[in-house]
Order: sequence, then C-alpha cells, then structure tokens
Amino acid sequence: MSYPVLGGGFFLAGRAAAETKRRLREAGLAAELVRRVVVATYEAEMNICIHAVSGRIHLRVENDRVKVVATDRGAGIADIAQALRPGFSTASEKARQLGFGAGMGFANMQRCADSFRITSEVGCGTTVTMEFWPRPQTEETGP
Amino acid sequence: MLTGPQGLPRTITGACASDLLSYVMARAKPGYLWLTIQVHPNVVGVAELLELAAVVITDGQNPEPATLEKAREHGVTILTTPDPTYAVAGKLYGLGVR
Repeated sequence: MSYPVLGGGFFLAGRAAAETKRRLREAGLAAELVRRVVVATYEAEMNICIHAVSGRIHLRVENDRVKVVATDRGAGIADIAQALRPGFSTASEKARQLGFGAGMGFANMQRCADSFRITSEVGCGTTVTMEFWPRPQTEETGP
Repeated sequence: MLTGPQGLPRTITGACASDLLSYVMARAKPGYLWLTIQVHPNVVGVAELLELAAVVITDGQNPEPATLEKAREHGVTILTTPDPTYAVAGKLYGLGVR
C-alpha cells in the first residue's frame, strides 16, 4: 500500500506515519519493530513535507519484515554525504523555530532501520529505501 | 490540564525535555512526559505516534487552538505550566521520574 505526502508545509506531516502505525499494529508486529518503523517513516515523511513538492510513502509487510520506500518529486540532494551528516540541514529558519529541520532526520532513520539506502537526482527528487526486521530483545535497540 | 479524556496514567515511565521534534522521536518512549515550549499541532502528532503519557507545555506558553482541537480528537493529554522547562524537569526528577 502507499500513501501520498504533500510538500510545502510541515503541518500536514504525520498522516502517513500514523497510517503506517495502524497497519503494522493490525498486522500484529512487535511493538519494538513498529516503533522503529514509525519513527523512521515520520522522519521520511517530514523531509518530504519540508523539502519536496510531493511524494509517496510505500509500505510493504512480509511476515515480520517491513519495507518502507519514501519517494518524492523535488529539488533532490546534490551532496548526499553532506545531507546525511548529523546536524546538517537546509530547512528554513521558520521550520527550525518550530522544532523541525534539526539535521537529525537521516540519523534517526539510519538508527531505526536495519537497512538504509538513499538515491537522489538533482532537479528530480529523492528516494529513501528502508528495511526493518525484528531485533533480539536483549540487544540495545538504539533510539 | 487542557485536554485529556483519559487523564494521566498512574505510572509515568520517564520524561523528555526538548523542543526539537526529531530529538523527541529518538529519545521518548511510551508513557513518557514531554516537556516543550512548542505549541503547534505537530506536537500532538508526535505524542500520539510515540504513545506519550502527556505533553507538558511549559513557560506559560499556550497551545494553538488547532493543537487543542487535534489533541481532543486524538485523545492526547496536554498540560500547561507557567514554570520554565528547566524548573519542571527538576521537579519531576526530584519526584522520581527518571
């Protein structure tokens, strides 16, 4: 299934993440796994809202593995290594005042996901692909 | 308490004080209190996704009407206090919320 995400404003953000959470709960996945997927999906959705024209979040659940693909039409990212660096952000001053765009989004996604890939084309858009699977309960699971 | 049909749970599992949404997404766990001066509706979205016990809006800030509306709609508890975040955090810590 997939959910549309509108760009151009953060006040609409969170719907795809909420819908994702509902679906994963229905699928009976472990709370720890659901939490990581929801946090990462929220960050991906927020990025689309802040930076892109529009996008989609695709969600696929196979047994206890989850795949989230967040793809957008927008400016794209010229220097991905720089964008992934914690603290780096191109968000507006307004967005930052509201607590968004702290340069923590990709770090959160990478910490939550068990596999993380990003591709981008300047002038076209960006695609983030994340996969999640259950982690052993004894392991310190990050966020 | 401005909204909160269920009130507060008997057990607060912890607390998080930050005005950066991504920081809260990374740190807060279900049942936490969230201390912030942010007043916009996305605060409710974050609190709901993370299943927080309540949002404590500090420093005499008032939530936007849209924030209260969304909180009521989604059953998220919002508290306000005139005290600054630092003081509230200190009090909660002293009360045993760690």
